[in-house]
Amino acid sequence: MSGRQVLAATKAPTSRDVVAGVVAAVRAILNESGIAADRITGVMIGTTHFTNALVQGLSLERVGVLRIAEPAGCCLPPFVGWPNALRGIIRGGVAGLRGGYNVDGRPIAAFDDDAAHAAIAGFAADGIRSVAISCIFSPLRDDMERRCAALVEQIIPDASVSLSSEIGRIGFLERENATILNAALRALSVSVTQAFREALRELGIAAPFYVSQNDGTPLDIGQVERFPVFTVASGPTNSMRGASFLTGREDAIVVDIGGTTSDVGAIKAGFPRESAVSVDIGGVKTNFRMPDVLAIGVGGGSRVRRASDTPAGCSIGGTVSIGPDSVGFELSTRALVFGGEDMTLTDLAVADGRLDVGDAGRVAHLDRSFVVAGLEEFRLRIEDAVERVKTSPDPVPVILVGGGGVIFRGGIKGASEILMPANAAVANAIGAAIAQIGGEYEKVCSYDAEGRDAAIAAVRSEACKRARDAGAGGDLDVLEIEEVPLSYLPGRTVRVRVKVVSRRDDRVAEAV
Amino acid sequence: MKRIDIADVADIATGAALLGAGGGGDPYIGRLMVEEAIRAFGPVELIDVDAVPDDALIVPTAMMGAPSVMVEKLPNGAEAEIALEAVETAIGKRAHAIIAPEIGGLNAMLPIVLAARRGLPLVDGDGMGRAFPELPMVTFNIFGQSISPLAISDELGNCVAVRTVDVESAERLGRQIVVAMGAAAQICCYPMTGAEAKRSAVRGTVGLAWEIGRLLRVAREQMGDPFEALLTYLPTTDYYKHCRSLFDGRIVDLRREIAQGFTVGTVEIENTAQARISIQFRNEYLVARQDGKPVAIVPDLIAILDSETATPITAETLKYGQRVRVIGISAPPILRSEAALRVVGPQAFGFTDPFQPIEEMA
Repeated sequence: MSGRQVLAATKAPTSRDVVAGVVAAVRAILNESGIAADRITGVMIGTTHFTNALVQGLSLERVGVLRIAEPAGCCLPPFVGWPNALRGIIRGGVAGLRGGYNVDGRPIAAFDDDAAHAAIAGFAADGIRSVAISCIFSPLRDDMERRCAALVEQIIPDASVSLSSEIGRIGFLERENATILNAALRALSVSVTQAFREALRELGIAAPFYVSQNDGTPLDIGQVERFPVFTVASGPTNSMRGASFLTGREDAIVVDIGGTTSDVGAIKAGFPRESAVSVDIGGVKTNFRMPDVLAIGVGGGSRVRRASDTPAGCSIGGTVSIGPDSVGFELSTRALVFGGEDMTLTDLAVADGRLDVGDAGRVAHLDRSFVVAGLEEFRLRIEDAVERVKTSPDPVPVILVGGGGVIFRGGIKGASEILMPANAAVANAIGAAIAQIGGEYEKVCSYDAEGRDAAIAAVRSEACKRARDAGAGGDLDVLEIEEVPLSYLPGRTVRVRVKVVSRRDDRVAEAV
Repeated sequence: MKRIDIADVADIATGAALLGAGGGGDPYIGRLMVEEAIRAFGPVELIDVDAVPDDALIVPTAMMGAPSVMVEKLPNGAEAEIALEAVETAIGKRAHAIIAPEIGGLNAMLPIVLAARRGLPLVDGDGMGRAFPELPMVTFNIFGQSISPLAISDELGNCVAVRTVDVESAERLGRQIVVAMGAAAQICCYPMTGAEAKRSAVRGTVGLAWEIGRLLRVAREQMGDPFEALLTYLPTTDYYKHCRSLFDGRIVDLRREIAQGFTVGTVEIENTAQARISIQFRNEYLVARQDGKPVAIVPDLIAILDSETATPITAETLKYGQRVRVIGISAPPILRSEAALRVVGPQAFGFTDPFQPIEEMA
C-alpha cells in the first residue's frame, strides 16, 4: 500500500510453518508490484498463529502463577473453570501470596517478601521459565506486582514475567486467565518474531514489522514478544476496518462472506462496535473484547438442499435451505464444480454464471428454478442478518468483503448503497496494514472528590502517555470513553476507561 | 429429595440470572464458587421447607456490597461461615438449614456455597422470588421477622454483628460497615425457625430456577428456540404463569449513573418499526413503559435477554447497540399482597404509578 492506495495484494493458504506462508505471500507481492524491497517502510502482520496455538494446545510453555490476593480469592484458585487438557499443559506451578488492594487503594494485606521468595525458588527448582503474576485491583495500583516481578528477575534471571496490570482490565479471574495465557505464549512469540525477522531479512526488507491486535492497533516486535496474547481475536477487527478503509465509509455495516460462515458487524468512525460478551480462548474466559459480530452459517462452501429435506430454521424463502454445514476447506475437492459430490452455494453461483471457477459443465444439469431460488435464499439470509445488526432504521452503506463476496447479487433492504471494493478478498490484510497505534488506561475515580471532567482528563492523559510510549506520533484522537458507575460505594465512584489512537494519516507511507 | 451436584450448578445459575430481573450481580463467579465448594465438600441436599422441624433454625446468607467490586476482590470463601457462627452464638442455637434471601444472580448461589461448606441442607425457596436491592425488601421482613442479629464478615475474617431496632437501621449501619470492609462482604441475618419460614418463604424457587436454566440450555443444545421454551414453561408454574414477550429490539439509548449507591438509569430499546420501550432501573429493572404507559411494573419481573442466545443481561452490563428481547413475568402472589406492595411495590421505589398485575395490562 502507498498512502490510501493498494498497490498489490495476494492471498496464500495458511501453511503449517506460518513463517513460510507469510514469506511466500510477501515475495509474491514484491514480484507483482515491482517495488524494491528496500522501499518498504513497514510490514503489518495479522495472524491467528497464537490463537491456534492456544486452541490446539501446541507449542505452549509451562507457567508458574503467583497470585497476590490472600486471604481474598482462596475459594477460586488459579486455573479455575479451565478445560482440563489446557490446564494440564500450562499449569507448571501455583502459589498464593498475601496482598492485593481494595477498591480505595488500601492493601488487603501486606506483601510477604519471604513467602514470595520461597515460591519463586520452588518454581526455579521445577524448571519454570515463564511466570504470570496477578494481584487484586492491580489495574489501580501495580506496586505489589512490580515488587514481585523484581524478585522473579532476581531469582530466575532468564525468566519471562507477565504482569496482569499490563494485560487486562478490572475483573480478576478473566485478567488472571489472560495473563497466564500470555505467559504460556512467551517462548513461542520469541521464536515466531525471530523467524519473521530472519525471513524478512532474507527478502531484503529492513523495515520494522508489526502484528495487529484485537482492538485494531498494532504491536511492535518488542511488544509482540511481551504481549502475544493481545494478537488473539484480531481477525474480525482487521476485516471490518479493512472494508471501511477500502470504501472510505466510516459508518457502515460490513458483511464478510467466508467459506463456512458470514460475519456481519457494524463499524462506527472506522472501528467496529465492541461486543458486550467477553472472549473465550480455547475454552478459557478472558476479558478481551471482540467486535460485536453476528455470525450466520452461510458461506461459499455451505451445502445447499431442498428445504423439505432439512430441519426447520435454515430457510427464509421456504424452497431451498443453505447450511449450516459446509464443506469448508475441502471446497476444491467436494464441490460439484470441482468433481465432488456435495452441492454448495459456490456450485449455484457457477450454474448461474456469476462465478467462473471449476467445471461449469458439472452443474449444467441443475434445475434453473432451483438455482434461482437458492441464490435468492442466500440474498434473504444476508439481508436478514444486516437488518439484525443495524442500529437505526436509517439506511446505511453495506460493504461486502471476503472470498464469497462475489457470489452476492441484488439489493438489501435498509442499505443506502452496496459496496464491493476491489481487493475485497484481502480486506483482512488491509485492516492490519492500516492499524493505528493507540493506548488505553482505566482507573476507578471518585467524581465527588475530583470532579467528572478532571477525572476523565487525567485518565485520558495517561492513555495518551501509553500511546506515546507505544510509538504514536502526531495528534491522538479519543476513540472511546467508558464510564461505569460502581454501586454501593460512596462519593459517586466510577470506573473510567479511555482509549486513544493516533490519526490515520500519521501512518507510514508504504507498507505491505 | 433433590441433590445439587457440580453438573447442576450452571443451570441453576442461568435460571437465577433470569429471575434476578437485571440485578443480583453476575452469577458467573457464584457459579464457580459453588462448583469448587461441591468439589471440595460434596453435593448439597435441597429440601422442602415442610421438611424442616418447626423449632429448627434456618439462616439466610448473602453478599452485601458492590457486585462490581466482588468480580475483582474475590472472596476468601470462609466469610459466610464466620458470619453464620456469629449468628449461632448470638442466639445460642446451631443452624439446621440455609436459605437464599433472593433467587436472583449471585445471592442465589452463595447460600449453596455455605450449605456445602457446613454440610447443611438448602431450603428450596427464598425471600423474594426474584432480586431486590435492599435488606428490607424480603418476605421475611414483610411477615415481621426481625433482621437481627445481622452478622457481616470480610475476607480477612473480621466479623461485625449488629443488633438494631429496625431493618432500616440495619441497612444504614450495615452499609457503612461494608464500605469499611472494602465494599464487598458477606452477611447472615433474618435467623428464623422452621415454623416462621413455612409462613414467609417464597417456596420452590431454587427448583424453578434450576428448571428454567435446564430448559434454556437444552433449547440451545438442540438448536431450538430458547424463548419459546421459556414462554411455554413459565405458564405451567404457580408463580410465573403470567408472562409475555414485551418487546424485541436494540438498545438505542442508555443513561446510567449512581445515586445513593445504586446503579440507576433508563434504557431505551427500539425496534425496526421505530416503536420504543423504555425501562427504568435501580439495580433491578423496575418499570417498562411504552408511550409513557407502564406495560410491566415492580414487583412483577422484567427481564432483558440477548435476542440470539436468551442469556439474561444485568443492568450493569447493558450496552448500547445490544440486540435484546424484553420479557415481563408475574411476581409470586406473596409479593403482590397489600402488605408486600408497601415494601416492594412501585411506591417503595418512588414511582407514583399504582401496581398493576402484568396479566391485566395486556
